[in-house]
Amino acid sequence: MSAVIEEHHDHHDHKPSGIGRWLFSTNHKDIGTMYLWFSFIMFFVGGAMALVIRAELFQPGLQLVEPEFFNQMTTLHGLIMVFGVIMPGFVGLANWMVPMMIGAPDMALPRMNNWSFWLLPGAFGMLIASLIMSLMGMGSAPNFGWTFYAPLSTTYGPASTDYFIFSVHLMGISSIMGAINIIATIMNMRAPGMTYMKMPIFVWTWFITAYLLIAVMPVLAGVVTMMLMDRNFGTSFFNAAGGGDPVMFQHVFWFFGHPEVYIMILPAFGVVSQIVPTFARKKIFGYSSMVYATASIAFLSFIVWAHHMFTTGMPVAGELFFMYATMLIAIPTGVKVFNWVSTMWRGSMTFETPMLFAIGFIFLFTIGGFTGLMMCIAPADFQYHDTYFIVAHFHYVLATGAAFSIMAAVYFWIPKWTGNMYDEKLGKLHFWLTAIGGNILFFPMHFVGLAGMPRRIPDYSLQFAEFNAMATVGAFIFGFSQLIFLYNVIKTIRGGEKATDQVWEGADGLEWTLPSPAPFHSFTTPPTVK
Amino acid sequence: MRAAKHVAGLLGLMFTSEQALAAYQMNLPPGVTTFSQGAYDIHTMVMWICVVIGAVVFGAMIYSIINHRKSKGAVSAEFHDNTAIEIIWTVIPFLILIAMAIPATKVLLAMEDTSNSDMSIKVTGYQWKWHYDYLGEDISFFSNISTPDAANLSTNASVKKDDTYLLDVDNRLVIPEDTKVRLLFTSNDVIHAWWVQAFGVKKDAIPGFINESWVNVPDPGVYRGKCAELCGKNHGFMPIVVEVKTKEDYAAWVSGQKTAAAEAAASAEKTWTKADLMSHGQKVYTTACAACHQANGEGLPNVFPGLKGSAIATGDIAKHLSVVIHGVTGTAMAAYGPQMNDADLAAVITYERNAWGNDTGDVVQPSDIKAAR
Repeated sequence: MSAVIEEHHDHHDHKPSGIGRWLFSTNHKDIGTMYLWFSFIMFFVGGAMALVIRAELFQPGLQLVEPEFFNQMTTLHGLIMVFGVIMPGFVGLANWMVPMMIGAPDMALPRMNNWSFWLLPGAFGMLIASLIMSLMGMGSAPNFGWTFYAPLSTTYGPASTDYFIFSVHLMGISSIMGAINIIATIMNMRAPGMTYMKMPIFVWTWFITAYLLIAVMPVLAGVVTMMLMDRNFGTSFFNAAGGGDPVMFQHVFWFFGHPEVYIMILPAFGVVSQIVPTFARKKIFGYSSMVYATASIAFLSFIVWAHHMFTTGMPVAGELFFMYATMLIAIPTGVKVFNWVSTMWRGSMTFETPMLFAIGFIFLFTIGGFTGLMMCIAPADFQYHDTYFIVAHFHYVLATGAAFSIMAAVYFWIPKWTGNMYDEKLGKLHFWLTAIGGNILFFPMHFVGLAGMPRRIPDYSLQFAEFNAMATVGAFIFGFSQLIFLYNVIKTIRGGEKATDQVWEGADGLEWTLPSPAPFHSFTTPPTVK
Repeated sequence: MRAAKHVAGLLGLMFTSEQALAAYQMNLPPGVTTFSQGAYDIHTMVMWICVVIGAVVFGAMIYSIINHRKSKGAVSAEFHDNTAIEIIWTVIPFLILIAMAIPATKVLLAMEDTSNSDMSIKVTGYQWKWHYDYLGEDISFFSNISTPDAANLSTNASVKKDDTYLLDVDNRLVIPEDTKVRLLFTSNDVIHAWWVQAFGVKKDAIPGFINESWVNVPDPGVYRGKCAELCGKNHGFMPIVVEVKTKEDYAAWVSGQKTAAAEAAASAEKTWTKADLMSHGQKVYTTACAACHQANGEGLPNVFPGLKGSAIATGDIAKHLSVVIHGVTGTAMAAYGPQMNDADLAAVITYERNAWGNDTGDVVQPSDIKAAR
């Protein structure tokens, strides 16, 4: 088998060598690899910040960090996890998998692909530089939360806010270019016979996500540009004293921010929709309703933004509209969960690591979905808003949701990427420690939130002590078990049992017709899809 | 069976008996007003609907995971579509949502009705304290956390931590029982959020805008809350304490406040000794200035400037007065002229010019402040 692979490689694998292979890469796989490593490194950086936060919150009282530094930690943890981990992680997966899944040789716009990746290290280098300067005693890093509400981030923002603004601009450009590339690839480079309604769900979810990115990243760029003007050029977009409106900041931010939430979860739905049928050895249930549900969620994401702002004093008609619109999201999301369960139903399941993470995703994401439904009820949300209940909610959907799906995807496709099987025992150990640690970490946050603990506080009154201590223990289990993941990935890259082309018994799709590891240029002659 | 009962009992405890598990409170406490009881009821209803749906969905999943596995010889079925069932699981959730929306709408409409209130209090957020202004009553005061060292890593270890740690203030908001009190919210600097969980009221205090809500508390008591919107360094250290008094006690409190206000006005007229200014100034400094400039006057390097040996605190008095009274535009230094009376300002400026080895020997009197305003 391996001899066949070698032969197959020879005639079209001209990998450039040295650092130039990475710096000047126009290859979707190399760029995908760089995105994934970038995401992985940032995962440890942002995770270390989370551990600082949790260590400080282990007991009531201030023990480790000043409140000022604590705020920098929560801000950078959020920004890095959202923009530096989840988004690049999914872009990396799209880069690797979309051309292979639709039968294309590469991405449609390979040079742009290179640039959109290489903007990211610059953007995050600048953001992290502000933290390094803060640690060296030269002012504060961004300290206003990842949502950077004005006027805390404008009139009252530290000098490093301007670094932050430039950094966000770069991330935005990178995301927009990545999205254009994905759309161009999907529209133009599908193999003959690959109609839209035959595309794998992962391709569909990314196709829709890319449109969301193009629609809302410019809005984010707009809002940070207005901040820049307010801070440096004397405008008053968000300054009431000059005729501006601090609430308008929130409207613009969340008009970006809510679709952003789905940018971070739709590709996760795609990943799970690839994995569950593979290990249930059964076709996905309700393919077309999956596609329509994704499109409905994307549409609804544009008309629900102000549910993040129920306490800002909207007129009651506005509160009702955003409450009803938000409730509707439960329907397509429910359809997705029902479809996954029906796919498993009467399947022939095995539980390798990718399947474990996918099932973990369905359970834990659904819990996050339930708390989301509770929060859309405006009168109850007055009690939940800005508490740890919210923190619990979005960590269930992002950490045990989106991040779980990326881990699932890595285990699922790494045999195809490297040609080697990962260590199944370590993978399962990683899953169980992450799932158990994650629940010890995030579940008690529901309790302290409902009991009345606000988010983003460095110290708390005594009634919250027990569950905070518990969450901190969970955080360290969750955090350190990621080292197993890192070790397993490196071990797989370096060697291991050789993977077959199909890798998984139930695998179905064009990517599994390629050799393992996949050749440098995916499909030089397009396959035909019947 | 006994084990199942035990678990059920424990679950029941988790969600219902807050008193029994005060330290382990896991759920929203029931409301003390109709307003917050409304939020509690809708919360409970939606939570249990979610629990039931979760039990059905997760139950099906777990059943499938146990029984439809290859190791048990399960052979995968062929079906991958069923229009009827897909319509059913779209329509049923929709109906459940309508069932939630109707009571939620009723509760929300009642909450947003601020009409027919008996009195109004303006609540203003400051970094990092609250200001209460009883409209039409000529009573207004600041409410600061009463353990300010809690916000300082170097001194926090010595702060006594008891049941009211981070939850106590120097001046409580006092309101009468059984009275509809309209609350108006605004802010002097960044966005804060005034939240008292027992009342179900959480409203953003936004600079330049006024929000409103209301409370009507049937029973006297002390209710505690916190700032809920990130507002900078000491966001975690600006608690709210509301004391609900009987109508008679409230009337007595109002007249007491008025007497105290007259005394304060008189003290602004007299000439103070330096020692009195220094001791009063230290108190004012601790509540109003130490959060940024620190108790030792050294500030936080490159974030908040120090006052110890600074050009302003040891240089021209007029410049010093102007910075404190008018603030510094574009920075976190607020204008304290509108926030403090002449005596407080005179005391704190005298303190700043003579503490921490600044030793300028300058004495600022309330009359100097009046002239500089």
